Amino acid sequence: MDDTQATVLSILQDLTGEDVSGNMDTNLFDEGILDSMGSVQLLLELQNQLGIEVPVSEFERTEWDTPAKIVAKVESMQ
Amino acid sequence: MMSFDPYGNPTYFILLFIALLPLMIGLLYGHRSHIYETIVSFVFLMLTFGGIKWKTGIALIIYLVYQICLVWLYSRYRQRPDSPNKGWIFVVSVILAIIPLAVVKITPAVAHGASSIIGFLGISYLTFKVVQTIMETRDGIIKEFHPVLFGQFLLFFPTISSGPIDRYRRFIKDYDSVPTREKYLGLVEKGVRYIFIGFFYKFILAYIFGTVMLPTVEHAALQAHGISWALLGVMYTYSMDLFFDFAGYSLFAVGVSYLMGIETPMNFNAPFKAKNIKDFWNRWHMTLSFWFRDYIYMRLVFFVMKHKVFKSRITTANVCYVINMLIMGFWHGETWYYIVYGLFHGFAMVINDAWLRYKKKHQAQIPHNRFTEWFAIFLTFNVVCFSFLIFSGFLNTLFFTGRP
Repeated sequence: MDDTQATVLSILQDLTGEDVSGNMDTNLFDEGILDSMGSVQLLLELQNQLGIEVPVSEFERTEWDTPAKIVAKVESMQ
Repeated sequence: MMSFDPYGNPTYFILLFIALLPLMIGLLYGHRSHIYETIVSFVFLMLTFGGIKWKTGIALIIYLVYQICLVWLYSRYRQRPDSPNKGWIFVVSVILAIIPLAVVKITPAVAHGASSIIGFLGISYLTFKVVQTIMETRDGIIKEFHPVLFGQFLLFFPTISSGPIDRYRRFIKDYDSVPTREKYLGLVEKGVRYIFIGFFYKFILAYIFGTVMLPTVEHAALQAHGISWALLGVMYTYSMDLFFDFAGYSLFAVGVSYLMGIETPMNFNAPFKAKNIKDFWNRWHMTLSFWFRDYIYMRLVFFVMKHKVFKSRITTANVCYVINMLIMGFWHGETWYYIVYGLFHGFAMVINDAWLRYKKKHQAQIPHNRFTEWFAIFLTFNVVCFSFLIFSGFLNTLFFTGRP
Protein backbone atom coordinates (compact mmCIF):
# COMPACT_ATOMS: atom_id res chain seq x y z
CA MET A 1 0.00 0.00 0.00
CA ASP A 2 1.44 3.37 -0.96
CA ASP A 3 1.51 6.43 1.25
CA THR A 4 -1.41 8.26 -0.32
CA GLN A 5 -3.69 5.29 0.00
CA ALA A 6 -2.67 4.75 3.63
CA THR A 7 -3.30 8.40 4.47
CA VAL A 8 -6.68 8.48 2.75
CA LEU A 9 -7.77 5.30 4.52
CA SER A 10 -6.66 6.61 7.89
CA ILE A 11 -8.57 9.87 7.28
CA LEU A 12 -11.68 7.88 6.38
CA GLN A 13 -11.28 5.76 9.48
CA ASP A 14 -10.96 8.84 11.70
CA LEU A 15 -14.04 10.41 10.14
CA THR A 16 -16.35 7.45 9.98
CA GLY A 17 -15.09 5.20 12.75
CA GLU A 18 -14.98 2.35 10.27
CA ASP A 19 -12.11 0.54 8.65
CA VAL A 20 -12.92 0.55 4.96
CA SER A 21 -9.59 -0.83 3.72
CA GLY A 22 -11.17 -4.22 3.05
CA ASN A 23 -14.00 -2.76 0.97
CA MET A 24 -12.32 -0.44 -1.50
CA ASP A 25 -15.39 -0.47 -3.76
CA THR A 26 -18.16 0.04 -1.22
CA ASN A 27 -20.40 2.98 -1.99
CA LEU A 28 -19.79 5.14 1.07
CA PHE A 29 -22.88 7.31 0.55
CA ASP A 30 -25.33 4.47 -0.13
CA GLU A 31 -24.05 2.65 2.95
CA GLY A 32 -24.57 5.72 5.10
CA ILE A 33 -20.86 5.78 6.02
CA LEU A 34 -20.25 9.23 4.54
CA ASP A 35 -22.63 12.20 4.20
CA SER A 36 -22.25 15.86 3.20
CA MET A 37 -20.76 16.70 6.58
CA GLY A 38 -18.26 13.85 6.28
CA SER A 39 -17.41 14.92 2.73
CA VAL A 40 -16.48 18.40 3.86
CA GLN A 41 -14.36 17.00 6.69
CA LEU A 42 -12.65 14.76 4.18
CA LEU A 43 -11.81 17.75 1.97
CA LEU A 44 -10.45 19.68 4.95
CA GLU A 45 -8.32 16.73 6.10
CA LEU A 46 -6.95 16.22 2.59
CA GLN A 47 -5.89 19.84 2.74
CA ASN A 48 -4.35 19.53 6.22
CA GLN A 49 -2.60 16.20 5.82
CA LEU A 50 -1.72 16.05 2.15
CA GLY A 51 -1.77 19.71 1.24
CA ILE A 52 -4.10 19.27 -1.70
CA GLU A 53 -6.76 21.92 -2.12
CA VAL A 54 -10.07 20.56 -3.30
CA PRO A 55 -12.74 23.24 -3.68
CA VAL A 56 -16.27 22.18 -2.78
CA SER A 57 -17.29 22.64 -6.45
CA GLU A 58 -14.90 19.86 -7.39
CA PHE A 59 -16.73 17.45 -5.16
CA GLU A 60 -18.99 15.63 -7.59
CA ARG A 61 -20.44 12.82 -5.42
CA THR A 62 -20.33 10.12 -8.08
CA GLU A 63 -16.58 10.67 -8.48
CA TRP A 64 -15.89 10.30 -4.74
CA ASP A 65 -18.27 7.57 -3.63
CA THR A 66 -15.90 4.66 -2.97
CA PRO A 67 -12.54 4.47 -1.12
CA ALA A 68 -10.85 3.39 -4.37
CA LYS A 69 -12.25 6.38 -6.27
CA ILE A 70 -11.20 8.77 -3.51
CA VAL A 71 -7.63 7.41 -3.59
CA ALA A 72 -7.53 7.72 -7.39
CA LYS A 73 -8.92 11.24 -7.24
CA VAL A 74 -6.36 12.31 -4.63
CA GLU A 75 -3.49 10.76 -6.58
CA SER A 76 -4.58 12.60 -9.72
CA MET A 77 -4.49 15.87 -7.82
CA GLN A 78 -1.07 15.52 -6.23
CA MET B 1 -50.69 36.13 -30.19
CA MET B 2 -51.02 32.73 -28.52
CA SER B 3 -49.86 32.42 -24.96
CA PHE B 4 -49.25 29.22 -23.03
CA ASP B 5 -48.21 27.90 -19.70
CA PRO B 6 -45.40 25.45 -20.41
CA TYR B 7 -46.85 21.93 -20.81
CA GLY B 8 -50.23 23.40 -19.97
CA ASN B 9 -52.47 21.90 -22.67
CA PRO B 10 -52.55 19.50 -25.67
CA THR B 11 -51.90 22.29 -28.21
CA TYR B 12 -48.60 23.08 -26.50
CA PHE B 13 -47.50 19.45 -26.82
CA ILE B 14 -48.53 19.25 -30.47
CA LEU B 15 -46.61 22.44 -31.32
CA LEU B 16 -43.66 21.15 -29.32
CA PHE B 17 -43.64 17.85 -31.19
CA ILE B 18 -43.80 19.58 -34.60
CA ALA B 19 -40.95 21.91 -33.63
CA LEU B 20 -38.77 19.13 -32.25
CA LEU B 21 -39.23 16.72 -35.15
CA PRO B 22 -36.59 18.26 -37.49
CA LEU B 23 -34.22 18.56 -34.55
CA MET B 24 -34.73 14.91 -33.66
CA ILE B 25 -34.17 13.76 -37.23
CA GLY B 26 -30.99 15.84 -37.24
CA LEU B 27 -29.72 14.25 -34.04
CA LEU B 28 -30.54 10.81 -35.37
CA TYR B 29 -28.25 11.52 -38.32
CA GLY B 30 -25.51 12.96 -36.14
CA HIS B 31 -26.21 16.67 -36.65
CA ARG B 32 -27.04 19.26 -34.08
CA SER B 33 -28.08 22.65 -35.40
CA HIS B 34 -27.65 25.32 -32.76
CA ILE B 35 -29.36 27.79 -35.08
CA TYR B 36 -32.49 25.67 -35.33
CA GLU B 37 -32.43 25.00 -31.58
CA THR B 38 -32.20 28.70 -30.92
CA ILE B 39 -35.15 29.44 -33.19
CA VAL B 40 -37.26 26.77 -31.46
CA SER B 41 -36.23 28.15 -28.06
CA PHE B 42 -37.12 31.66 -29.14
CA VAL B 43 -40.56 30.61 -30.41
CA PHE B 44 -41.40 28.72 -27.22
CA LEU B 45 -40.11 31.49 -25.01
CA MET B 46 -42.33 33.89 -26.99
CA LEU B 47 -45.29 31.57 -26.40
CA THR B 48 -44.57 31.58 -22.66
CA PHE B 49 -43.53 35.19 -22.11
CA GLY B 50 -45.23 36.98 -25.04
CA GLY B 51 -48.80 37.92 -25.85
CA ILE B 52 -50.71 39.21 -22.85
CA LYS B 53 -47.67 38.38 -20.68
CA TRP B 54 -45.30 40.60 -22.68
CA LYS B 55 -44.37 42.59 -19.58
CA THR B 56 -42.84 39.50 -18.03
CA GLY B 57 -40.96 38.99 -21.29
CA ILE B 58 -39.40 42.42 -20.96
CA ALA B 59 -38.55 41.65 -17.32
CA LEU B 60 -36.88 38.41 -18.46
CA ILE B 61 -34.76 40.20 -21.08
CA ILE B 62 -33.58 42.87 -18.64
CA TYR B 63 -32.86 40.21 -16.01
CA LEU B 64 -30.87 38.20 -18.52
CA VAL B 65 -28.73 41.12 -19.67
CA TYR B 66 -28.09 42.09 -16.05
CA GLN B 67 -27.03 38.59 -14.96
CA ILE B 68 -24.90 37.88 -18.01
CA CYS B 69 -23.04 41.17 -17.44
CA LEU B 70 -22.60 40.34 -13.77
CA VAL B 71 -21.21 36.85 -14.34
CA TRP B 72 -19.07 38.13 -17.21
CA LEU B 73 -17.55 40.84 -14.99
CA TYR B 74 -16.92 38.41 -12.14
CA SER B 75 -15.45 35.92 -14.55
CA ARG B 76 -13.14 38.58 -16.04
CA TYR B 77 -11.98 39.40 -12.52
CA ARG B 78 -11.28 35.75 -11.71
CA GLN B 79 -9.59 35.01 -15.04
CA ARG B 80 -6.94 37.69 -14.57
CA PRO B 81 -3.61 35.91 -14.19
CA ASP B 82 -2.97 37.63 -10.84
CA SER B 83 -6.60 37.54 -9.66
CA PRO B 84 -6.57 38.25 -5.91
CA ASN B 85 -9.84 36.24 -5.56
CA LYS B 86 -11.06 38.44 -2.74
CA GLY B 87 -13.86 37.07 -0.60
CA TRP B 88 -15.79 40.32 -0.49
CA ILE B 89 -15.95 40.66 -4.27
CA PHE B 90 -17.39 37.16 -4.43
CA VAL B 91 -19.93 37.95 -1.71
CA VAL B 92 -20.96 41.21 -3.41
CA SER B 93 -21.37 39.36 -6.73
CA VAL B 94 -23.60 36.72 -5.16
CA ILE B 95 -25.68 39.41 -3.44
CA LEU B 96 -26.06 41.31 -6.71
CA ALA B 97 -27.18 38.07 -8.38
CA ILE B 98 -29.81 37.45 -5.70
CA ILE B 99 -31.20 41.01 -5.45
CA PRO B 100 -33.76 40.72 -8.31
CA LEU B 101 -35.15 37.49 -6.85
CA ALA B 102 -35.19 38.98 -3.34
CA VAL B 103 -37.18 41.98 -4.60
CA VAL B 104 -39.67 39.68 -6.34
CA LYS B 105 -40.08 37.52 -3.23
CA ILE B 106 -40.34 40.36 -0.73
CA THR B 107 -42.68 42.61 -2.75
CA PRO B 108 -45.91 40.62 -2.09
CA ALA B 109 -45.16 40.52 1.65
CA VAL B 110 -44.84 44.31 1.91
CA ALA B 111 -47.27 45.37 -0.84
CA HIS B 112 -50.37 43.41 0.27
CA GLY B 113 -49.92 40.55 -2.15
CA ALA B 114 -49.14 42.62 -5.26
CA SER B 115 -46.46 41.08 -7.46
CA SER B 116 -43.33 42.89 -8.50
CA ILE B 117 -43.02 44.25 -12.04
CA ILE B 118 -39.55 42.76 -12.40
CA GLY B 119 -40.84 39.22 -11.82
CA PHE B 120 -41.37 36.52 -14.45
CA LEU B 121 -42.10 32.80 -14.49
CA GLY B 122 -38.95 30.92 -13.54
CA ILE B 123 -36.89 33.74 -11.99
CA SER B 124 -36.04 31.52 -9.00
CA TYR B 125 -34.67 28.80 -11.20
CA LEU B 126 -32.59 31.17 -13.30
CA THR B 127 -31.19 32.68 -10.10
CA PHE B 128 -30.04 29.24 -8.92
CA LYS B 129 -28.19 28.77 -12.18
CA VAL B 130 -26.54 32.18 -11.98
CA VAL B 131 -25.45 31.80 -8.35
CA GLN B 132 -23.98 28.34 -8.86
CA THR B 133 -22.03 29.60 -11.88
CA ILE B 134 -20.54 32.44 -9.84
CA MET B 135 -19.58 29.98 -7.09
CA GLU B 136 -17.92 27.58 -9.51
CA THR B 137 -16.11 30.47 -11.13
CA ARG B 138 -14.80 31.51 -7.72
CA ASP B 139 -13.55 27.97 -7.13
CA GLY B 140 -11.78 28.07 -10.48
CA ILE B 141 -13.79 25.12 -11.80
CA ILE B 142 -15.40 27.15 -14.58
CA LYS B 143 -12.39 28.59 -16.35
CA GLU B 144 -13.92 30.22 -19.39
CA PHE B 145 -17.04 32.29 -19.70
CA HIS B 146 -19.03 32.32 -22.93
CA PRO B 147 -21.89 34.82 -22.71
CA VAL B 148 -23.83 33.08 -25.50
CA LEU B 149 -23.47 29.57 -24.07
CA PHE B 150 -24.33 30.91 -20.64
CA GLY B 151 -27.45 32.54 -22.11
CA GLN B 152 -28.42 29.23 -23.77
CA PHE B 153 -27.92 27.48 -20.44
CA LEU B 154 -30.14 29.97 -18.60
CA LEU B 155 -32.84 30.07 -21.30
CA PHE B 156 -33.00 26.34 -22.06
CA PHE B 157 -36.76 26.43 -22.60
CA PRO B 158 -37.86 22.92 -21.47
CA THR B 159 -36.70 23.68 -17.92
CA ILE B 160 -37.04 27.45 -17.72
CA SER B 161 -40.23 27.73 -15.68
CA SER B 162 -39.58 25.32 -12.79
CA GLY B 163 -36.38 23.34 -13.37
CA PRO B 164 -34.96 20.73 -12.93
CA ILE B 165 -31.89 22.83 -12.14
CA ASP B 166 -29.02 21.71 -14.35
CA ARG B 167 -25.33 22.58 -13.90
CA TYR B 168 -23.44 24.75 -16.39
CA ARG B 169 -20.57 22.35 -17.04
CA ARG B 170 -22.89 19.38 -17.40
CA PHE B 171 -25.25 21.24 -19.72
CA ILE B 172 -22.51 22.59 -21.98
CA LYS B 173 -21.01 19.12 -22.41
CA ASP B 174 -24.32 17.83 -23.82
CA TYR B 175 -25.08 21.00 -25.72
CA ASP B 176 -21.73 20.99 -27.51
CA SER B 177 -21.84 17.37 -28.57
CA VAL B 178 -23.98 14.99 -30.56
CA PRO B 179 -24.90 11.67 -28.92
CA THR B 180 -24.19 8.50 -30.89
CA ARG B 181 -27.24 7.11 -32.68
CA GLU B 182 -27.48 4.22 -30.24
CA LYS B 183 -27.35 6.52 -27.25
CA TYR B 184 -29.80 8.98 -28.78
CA LEU B 185 -32.32 6.24 -29.54
CA GLY B 186 -32.10 5.24 -25.87
CA LEU B 187 -32.73 8.85 -24.86
CA VAL B 188 -35.75 9.12 -27.17
CA GLU B 189 -37.20 5.92 -25.78
CA LYS B 190 -36.78 7.15 -22.21
CA GLY B 191 -37.93 10.67 -23.08
CA VAL B 192 -41.15 9.46 -24.66
CA ARG B 193 -41.82 7.17 -21.72
CA TYR B 194 -41.23 10.01 -19.23
CA ILE B 195 -43.59 12.29 -21.15
CA PHE B 196 -46.34 9.67 -21.07
CA ILE B 197 -45.86 8.97 -17.37
CA GLY B 198 -45.99 12.75 -16.99
CA PHE B 199 -49.40 12.84 -18.72
CA PHE B 200 -50.66 10.22 -16.31
CA TYR B 201 -49.28 12.06 -13.27
CA LYS B 202 -50.22 15.59 -14.17
CA PHE B 203 -53.41 15.31 -16.19
CA ILE B 204 -54.99 12.33 -14.46
CA LEU B 205 -53.66 11.84 -10.92
CA ALA B 206 -52.96 15.48 -10.09
CA TYR B 207 -56.33 16.35 -11.64
CA ILE B 208 -58.13 13.82 -9.45
CA PHE B 209 -56.32 14.84 -6.25
CA GLY B 210 -56.04 18.56 -6.87
CA THR B 211 -59.09 19.54 -8.88
CA VAL B 212 -61.67 16.91 -7.93
CA MET B 213 -60.87 15.95 -4.34
CA LEU B 214 -58.98 18.80 -2.74
CA PRO B 215 -61.73 21.49 -2.86
CA THR B 216 -64.20 19.04 -1.27
CA VAL B 217 -61.95 18.05 1.64
CA GLU B 218 -60.86 21.64 2.14
CA HIS B 219 -64.46 22.73 2.32
CA ALA B 220 -65.21 20.00 4.86
CA ALA B 221 -62.16 20.97 6.94
CA LEU B 222 -63.20 24.63 6.96
CA GLN B 223 -66.72 23.68 8.01
CA ALA B 224 -65.36 21.56 10.86
CA HIS B 225 -63.20 24.43 12.25
CA GLY B 226 -59.89 23.45 13.85
CA ILE B 227 -58.47 19.95 13.97
CA SER B 228 -60.65 17.40 12.22
CA TRP B 229 -60.54 14.19 10.19
CA ALA B 230 -61.18 16.29 7.12
CA LEU B 231 -57.98 18.22 7.88
CA LEU B 232 -56.12 14.92 7.77
CA GLY B 233 -57.79 14.36 4.41
CA VAL B 234 -56.50 17.76 3.23
CA MET B 235 -53.00 16.78 4.36
CA TYR B 236 -52.87 13.58 2.30
CA THR B 237 -54.80 14.90 -0.68
CA TYR B 238 -52.68 18.02 -0.94
CA SER B 239 -49.47 15.96 -0.62
CA MET B 240 -50.53 13.66 -3.45
CA ASP B 241 -51.53 16.61 -5.62
CA LEU B 242 -48.24 18.38 -4.93
CA PHE B 243 -46.21 15.31 -5.84
CA PHE B 244 -48.08 14.25 -8.98
CA ASP B 245 -48.34 17.79 -10.28
CA PHE B 246 -44.67 18.63 -9.85
CA ALA B 247 -43.31 15.19 -10.68
CA GLY B 248 -45.50 15.23 -13.81
CA TYR B 249 -44.14 18.61 -14.86
CA SER B 250 -40.57 17.47 -14.13
CA LEU B 251 -41.03 14.37 -16.27
CA PHE B 252 -42.14 16.58 -19.17
CA ALA B 253 -39.12 18.82 -18.71
CA VAL B 254 -36.68 15.89 -18.52
CA GLY B 255 -38.40 13.97 -21.33
CA VAL B 256 -38.35 16.94 -23.71
CA SER B 257 -34.69 17.63 -22.82
CA TYR B 258 -33.85 14.02 -23.72
CA LEU B 259 -35.55 14.41 -27.11
CA MET B 260 -33.20 17.37 -27.62
CA GLY B 261 -30.20 15.25 -26.65
CA ILE B 262 -29.70 17.02 -23.32
CA GLU B 263 -29.67 14.83 -20.22
CA THR B 264 -31.33 17.17 -17.76
CA PRO B 265 -31.09 15.53 -14.30
CA MET B 266 -34.13 13.85 -12.77
CA ASN B 267 -36.09 15.61 -10.04
CA PHE B 268 -37.85 12.76 -8.23
CA ASN B 269 -36.95 9.23 -7.29
CA ALA B 270 -39.90 7.56 -5.54
CA PRO B 271 -39.83 10.04 -2.62
CA PHE B 272 -42.58 8.36 -0.63
CA LYS B 273 -40.42 5.24 -0.33
CA ALA B 274 -37.86 7.23 1.69
CA LYS B 275 -36.84 5.53 4.93
CA ASN B 276 -35.90 8.73 6.72
CA ILE B 277 -35.88 12.49 6.16
CA LYS B 278 -32.32 12.56 4.83
CA ASP B 279 -33.26 9.85 2.37
CA PHE B 280 -36.38 11.83 1.49
CA TRP B 281 -34.32 14.85 0.45
CA ASN B 282 -32.22 12.61 -1.78
CA ARG B 283 -35.43 11.65 -3.58
CA TRP B 284 -37.69 14.73 -3.50
CA HIS B 285 -37.13 17.73 -5.81
CA MET B 286 -33.59 16.41 -6.05
CA THR B 287 -32.05 19.13 -8.18
CA LEU B 288 -33.21 21.72 -5.64
CA SER B 289 -32.08 19.78 -2.58
CA PHE B 290 -28.73 18.95 -4.21
CA TRP B 291 -28.37 22.61 -5.07
CA PHE B 292 -28.87 23.53 -1.43
CA ARG B 293 -26.54 20.70 -0.37
CA ASP B 294 -23.72 21.66 -2.73
CA TYR B 295 -23.94 25.44 -2.79
CA ILE B 296 -25.19 26.26 0.71
CA TYR B 297 -24.86 23.39 3.18
CA MET B 298 -21.41 22.10 2.22
CA ARG B 299 -19.99 25.58 1.79
CA LEU B 300 -21.41 26.66 5.11
CA VAL B 301 -19.97 23.59 6.85
CA PHE B 302 -16.63 24.17 5.13
CA PHE B 303 -16.54 27.79 6.29
CA VAL B 304 -17.65 26.99 9.84
CA MET B 305 -15.13 24.16 10.25
CA LYS B 306 -12.26 26.03 8.68
CA HIS B 307 -12.79 28.96 11.04
CA LYS B 308 -13.48 26.58 13.94
CA VAL B 309 -16.69 28.37 14.90
CA PHE B 310 -17.99 25.38 16.88
CA LYS B 311 -15.94 22.79 18.71
CA SER B 312 -18.22 19.89 18.01
CA ARG B 313 -18.87 18.52 14.55
CA ILE B 314 -22.39 17.59 15.61
CA THR B 315 -23.20 21.20 16.52
CA THR B 316 -21.71 22.33 13.22
CA ALA B 317 -23.83 19.87 11.24
CA ASN B 318 -27.00 20.75 13.14
CA VAL B 319 -26.64 24.52 12.95
CA CYS B 320 -25.93 24.23 9.24
CA TYR B 321 -28.96 21.98 8.66
CA VAL B 322 -31.27 24.50 10.27
CA ILE B 323 -29.75 27.49 8.44
CA ASN B 324 -29.83 25.59 5.14
CA MET B 325 -33.47 24.60 5.44
CA LEU B 326 -34.45 28.02 6.77
CA ILE B 327 -32.96 29.63 3.66
CA MET B 328 -34.94 27.16 1.58
CA GLY B 329 -38.08 28.24 3.46
CA PHE B 330 -37.37 31.91 2.74
CA TRP B 331 -36.74 31.04 -0.89
CA HIS B 332 -40.27 29.60 -1.19
CA GLY B 333 -41.71 32.92 -0.13
CA GLU B 334 -41.99 35.38 2.73
CA THR B 335 -44.94 33.87 4.57
CA TRP B 336 -44.94 32.29 8.02
CA TYR B 337 -45.89 28.87 6.66
CA TYR B 338 -42.98 28.60 4.20
CA ILE B 339 -40.54 29.66 6.89
CA VAL B 340 -42.02 27.22 9.42
CA TYR B 341 -41.84 24.53 6.72
CA GLY B 342 -38.11 25.25 6.33
CA LEU B 343 -37.48 25.19 10.08
CA PHE B 344 -39.53 22.01 10.43
CA HIS B 345 -37.31 20.22 7.94
CA GLY B 346 -34.16 21.69 9.50
CA PHE B 347 -35.07 20.25 12.88
CA ALA B 348 -36.27 17.02 11.28
CA MET B 349 -32.75 16.61 9.84
CA VAL B 350 -31.22 17.27 13.27
CA ILE B 351 -33.45 14.64 14.89
CA ASN B 352 -32.79 12.24 12.02
CA ASP B 353 -29.03 12.54 12.47
CA ALA B 354 -29.27 12.09 16.24
CA TRP B 355 -31.30 8.90 15.68
CA LEU B 356 -28.79 7.60 13.12
CA ARG B 357 -25.94 8.17 15.60
CA TYR B 358 -27.91 6.44 18.36
CA LYS B 359 -28.72 3.54 16.06
CA LYS B 360 -25.08 3.13 15.07
CA LYS B 361 -24.00 3.02 18.70
CA HIS B 362 -26.68 0.56 19.79
CA GLN B 363 -26.71 -1.61 16.70
CA ALA B 364 -26.91 -4.82 18.71
CA GLN B 365 -29.98 -3.84 20.76
CA ILE B 366 -32.10 -2.21 18.04
CA PRO B 367 -34.13 -4.68 16.01
CA HIS B 368 -33.99 -4.45 12.27
CA ASN B 369 -36.48 -6.38 10.18
CA ARG B 370 -39.08 -5.96 7.50
CA PHE B 371 -41.53 -4.50 9.97
CA THR B 372 -39.13 -1.80 11.19
CA GLU B 373 -38.35 -0.93 7.58
CA TRP B 374 -42.03 -0.51 6.75
CA PHE B 375 -42.54 1.47 9.92
CA ALA B 376 -39.67 3.81 8.99
CA ILE B 377 -41.23 4.45 5.57
CA PHE B 378 -44.67 4.97 7.11
CA LEU B 379 -43.33 7.39 9.71
CA THR B 380 -41.28 9.36 7.18
CA PHE B 381 -44.27 9.57 4.83
CA ASN B 382 -46.45 11.03 7.57
CA VAL B 383 -43.84 13.50 8.78
CA VAL B 384 -43.39 14.64 5.18
CA CYS B 385 -47.14 14.95 4.53
CA PHE B 386 -47.51 16.97 7.71
CA SER B 387 -44.76 19.31 6.51
CA PHE B 388 -46.64 19.70 3.20
CA LEU B 389 -49.77 20.63 5.12
CA ILE B 390 -47.76 23.47 6.67
CA PHE B 391 -46.34 24.31 3.24
CA SER B 392 -49.79 24.39 1.61
CA GLY B 393 -50.81 27.47 3.58
CA PHE B 394 -54.12 25.78 4.37
CA LEU B 395 -53.51 26.15 8.11
CA ASN B 396 -53.25 29.88 7.54
CA THR B 397 -56.68 29.83 5.88
CA LEU B 398 -58.12 27.59 8.56
CA PHE B 399 -56.84 29.44 11.61
CA PHE B 400 -56.40 33.03 10.46
CA THR B 401 -58.00 34.21 7.25
CA GLY B 402 -60.98 31.84 7.12
CA ARG B 403 -61.24 32.01 3.32
CA PRO B 404 -59.29 30.05 0.75
